[in-house]
Amino acid sequence: MARLNVNPTRMVLTGLKKRLQMARRGHKLLKDKRDELMKKFLEIVRENKVLREEVEEKLKVVHSRFVMARAVMSSEIVEEALMFPKVEVSLKTYTRNIMSVDVPVLEFTTETGTEGDIYPYGFANTTAELDDAISTLSELTPKLLKLAEIEKSAQLLADEIEKTRRRVNALEYVLIPNLEETIKYIVMKLEENERSNLTRLMKVKDMMLEQAHGYGRSK
Amino acid sequence: MYKIGVIGEKDAVLGFISLGFSVFPVENREQAEKILAELAESNYAVIYITEQTAEKITEKINQYRERRFPAVIPIPGIQGSLGIGMQGVKKCVEKAVGADIIFNE
Repeated sequence: MARLNVNPTRMVLTGLKKRLQMARRGHKLLKDKRDELMKKFLEIVRENKVLREEVEEKLKVVHSRFVMARAVMSSEIVEEALMFPKVEVSLKTYTRNIMSVDVPVLEFTTETGTEGDIYPYGFANTTAELDDAISTLSELTPKLLKLAEIEKSAQLLADEIEKTRRRVNALEYVLIPNLEETIKYIVMKLEENERSNLTRLMKVKDMMLEQAHGYGRSK
Repeated sequence: MYKIGVIGEKDAVLGFISLGFSVFPVENREQAEKILAELAESNYAVIYITEQTAEKITEKINQYRERRFPAVIPIPGIQGSLGIGMQGVKKCVEKAVGADIIFNE
């Protein structure tokens, strides 16, 4: 591991120790965040999978009914029948905060002219297959929107998890080891200075004694 | 107030008109890209796009992955599911967890 390029002094040592403490705290917090995000993400993505399977299944049914309708009627009539929708969807969006990730919440209301009347055409020129297709599709609307909401949430959470994981790893495997090593280096350097200072002093003392009284410990 | 858009082949998306969604039938890649970009910049919170069309413009769709709106959601087209939607969910899991743990069960 690379040691940071700093001067081995006591002041730097204090600073580094503080930084290490901070890094450890940040690391712990981010790790907790990552774990919690993961928990939430797995919940959401499981739901996402189930919902998607269901929606795809249902849409298949709708499509096959449409194909049937189109086979029985001419495509002009089908298009004309569908051209002016009676139902109006208004969509409101809110945001929900999952571990500081803003995920969308969709709320929709449908407005029809008359209650329960979803068919935008008279029944004279169209067949029952088209009615079937439309009613199945309109039952599916809430599911479709739920799917959109959940799938987007899952994507946003996945991004956030990836970012958080990078940060956790950067702290755990780079910053914290670097700081630890630098601190160790400074401590050793300071101890070494201490020792060399001590020996120098002892040596000087001997030399002074030698000079003053003609005796000393060393010859 | 937000709107809901549907992009795809005419046959697959016509039905959505009756739900009050805004439907944009497209025939080729350029059209799809153009409409997607237009809708993303205007008031659309959700854009459903059929897998047959989504397949051609994956890169454009991925641009919107990290944004909160619009949510671009692939749905199966008239020829059935190509598995692109599921693939998206799977990728999401791989990105977050590092390995696919949902679909191997």
